[in-house]
Amino acid sequence: MDFIRNFPFFSIILAMFCGIVSSVLKGHWAKRLCLFMVTAQIVLSGSVLFYTVQTGESFIYMMGHFPAPWGNEIRAGILEALMATGFSVIMLLSLLGGISHVFTDVEGTKTNLFFILVDLLMSSLLALIYTNDLFTAYVFVEINTIAACGLIMIRQNGHGIVAAIRYMVMSLLGSGMFLISLTLLYDITGHLLMEPARDAVENIVRTGSYDVPLLVVIGLMSVGLAVKSGLYPFHSWIPETYGYATPAASAILSSLVSKGYIFLLIKVFYRVLGFGTVVGSGVMNLLFVFGLFGMLIGSVRAIRETDTRRMVAYSSVAQIGYIYMGIGLGTQAGMVAAVFHILTHAATKSLLFISAVGLYEVSDGRTDYVSLRGSGYRNRTAGLAFAVGALSMVGFPMLSGFISKLLFATAAVQSPHKMVFTILGLAVSTILNAIYFLRLVISIYSPPEREYGPDESHQASRMLKVASFLFVAVNLVLGLFSKPIVDGINAGLGMFL
Amino acid sequence: MLAHLAANMEETVSMILFGIGFTTLLLHKNLIKKIIGLNIMDTAVYLFLAAKGYIFGRQVPILSEGVMDASAYTNPIPDGLVLTGIVVSVSVTALMLSLTIRLYRRYGSLDLDEIVFQWRKEGE
Repeated sequence: MDFIRNFPFFSIILAMFCGIVSSVLKGHWAKRLCLFMVTAQIVLSGSVLFYTVQTGESFIYMMGHFPAPWGNEIRAGILEALMATGFSVIMLLSLLGGISHVFTDVEGTKTNLFFILVDLLMSSLLALIYTNDLFTAYVFVEINTIAACGLIMIRQNGHGIVAAIRYMVMSLLGSGMFLISLTLLYDITGHLLMEPARDAVENIVRTGSYDVPLLVVIGLMSVGLAVKSGLYPFHSWIPETYGYATPAASAILSSLVSKGYIFLLIKVFYRVLGFGTVVGSGVMNLLFVFGLFGMLIGSVRAIRETDTRRMVAYSSVAQIGYIYMGIGLGTQAGMVAAVFHILTHAATKSLLFISAVGLYEVSDGRTDYVSLRGSGYRNRTAGLAFAVGALSMVGFPMLSGFISKLLFATAAVQSPHKMVFTILGLAVSTILNAIYFLRLVISIYSPPEREYGPDESHQASRMLKVASFLFVAVNLVLGLFSKPIVDGINAGLGMFL
Repeated sequence: MLAHLAANMEETVSMILFGIGFTTLLLHKNLIKKIIGLNIMDTAVYLFLAAKGYIFGRQVPILSEGVMDASAYTNPIPDGLVLTGIVVSVSVTALMLSLTIRLYRRYGSLDLDEIVFQWRKEGE
C-alpha cells in the first residue's frame, strides 16, 4: 500500500516522459500514447485518492536527498488527489470528444505537437496540484502557460496567433507579479517550502515585523494568479482564446488551465500565507467584489453575443467570477463551495464546448444562433448533452451546477456582511444565465430555417457521442452524489491547515 | 524615507525597473517593445534576488582553504533561483519572438492595435 506514495511523482514524470517520446512519433501514435497516459493518470490519481481517504491523512514525498527546510517536496492529501483525479477524467473526455477535430484543424505533420502540448499541460497541472515548493510552482506555472499558448496557436490561422499573443501578454503580466511576490516572500521568510514558510509567516504576523511587505506579497500573489485565471477585469483574452481554438483545446483551456492557477492560489492561501492572515489583509474583499462583477458582466456580455462559441466563452468569465466570489467570502464554507465549483465548471464547460461541436457538425460548421436551429434534432446526442450542460450551468436540480449554487448560498448565510450581495448576485446571475443558455437550448430545438440533408455519420461522431454521454454521467454524479465529494473537499481543506 | 531608499539602492532600482518593464509589457503597442518590457521586468526580479542573496563580507558558496564554517559563505539558493528564472524567461521570450515573426509575416506590422484591427476586419 505504501507504494502508492510514489504515485504523485510517477504521474508527473509519466506525463513529461510521454511528451518527450511523442516528439519522435507520428500523429496517430502520439494520440494513442497521450490517451494511454491520461487514462493512466486517472488510475494513478484515483489510487492516491483511495490511499489518502483510507489513511485519513496527507503525506509528503521527498524529492532528492535533502530533508525539509532545504529540499524539494511533493505533497498529497485528499483534496490534491481529488483534483488530480477530476482533472484527468475531464482531460480524457475532452480529448476523446475533440480528437477528430484535432486531425482536421491541425496541419498533418504537426498533429503530434498537439499531443506533446497536452502531455506537458497534464504534467504541469499535476505538478501545480501536488507541489509543496513555491518556486517549483512558479516554474510549472510558466510551463503551463507555454503549453496553453501552444494549444491556442496550433490552429495555424491568424485568429489563433493573435489570440495566442494576447493570451501570452496577459499571462506573462500575471507570472511577473507572481514571481516578484514569490521573491519578496522568500526574502522575508527565507523558505520556499510551504510548511517552513508558513511558520515564518506566522512569526512575522505575531511580531508585526514585516507587515507592509507581507500585504504586498498577498496582494501581488492574488492579483497575479487572478490575471492568469481570467478574473474580471482581466478577462479580455478569454473570448478570443476559447472561441477560436480547436474544440478539444477550448475545453481543456477553459476547464483545466485556469482552474490549476485557482487551485494553486487556494493552496498558497492555506498552506503558506495562512487563511486568517489573508482574510485579515482585506484582499479577500477585493476578490469578492471583482468576482461579483465578473459574474454579472460576463453574463451580460454572453447575452449580447450572437456567436455561440463566444457566448460559451463569456459564460466562463461569469463562472470564474463565481469561484472568486466563493473564495472572497473568506470562510471555510465559501472555500468549499469555490472548490466544488471548480469541479462543476470544469465538468460542465468542457461538456458544453464538446457537445456544441456535435451541433456545429450538423449545421455546416456555422456557430450562430440562427444556423443552429433544429440541430438538436439532427444530432440528438449532442443536443441532449448540450441541454444538460446548459441546465447545469443555470442550476437545475440533480445537476452539478445546482449543488454549487446551493453551497454558495449556504456559505453566504455564514458571512453576515457579504450575505445580501452574494445572494443578490447569485439570483441576478442565475436569471442572466437562464436567459442566454435557455435561449440557445430553445433555439436548437426549434424548427430550422432550411432543410439539411441527412448527416453522414462517421467515426468522429461516435467518439463524440461516447464523450458526451460520459460528460453527462460526470455531471449527474457531481449533482446526485455530491455529499461524499463535499465531505472530501472539507477533509482535504482541513489537511491544508 | 529617502535615506531608506538610498540604503536599499539595489532593491529600489529593481522595483523601479519592474515597474518600467511591467508598464511597457502592458501598455506598449509595439510587440518587440513589449518583449523588451518583459525582459526588463524579469531582469528586475533577478537583480532583486541577487541583491537580497548577497551578504556583505561573505564569500561565494564554494568551500575553500578548509573554512568549514557556514557563516563564511552566502546562501546559494537565490543564485540558483536566478538561473532557473533566466531559463524560464529565455524560453518565454523565444516563444513570444516566434509568435511576433508569424504575425509580422501575416499582417506586415508589429503594432498590436493595427494587427487586431486587421484581424477583426478579416473576421467579418
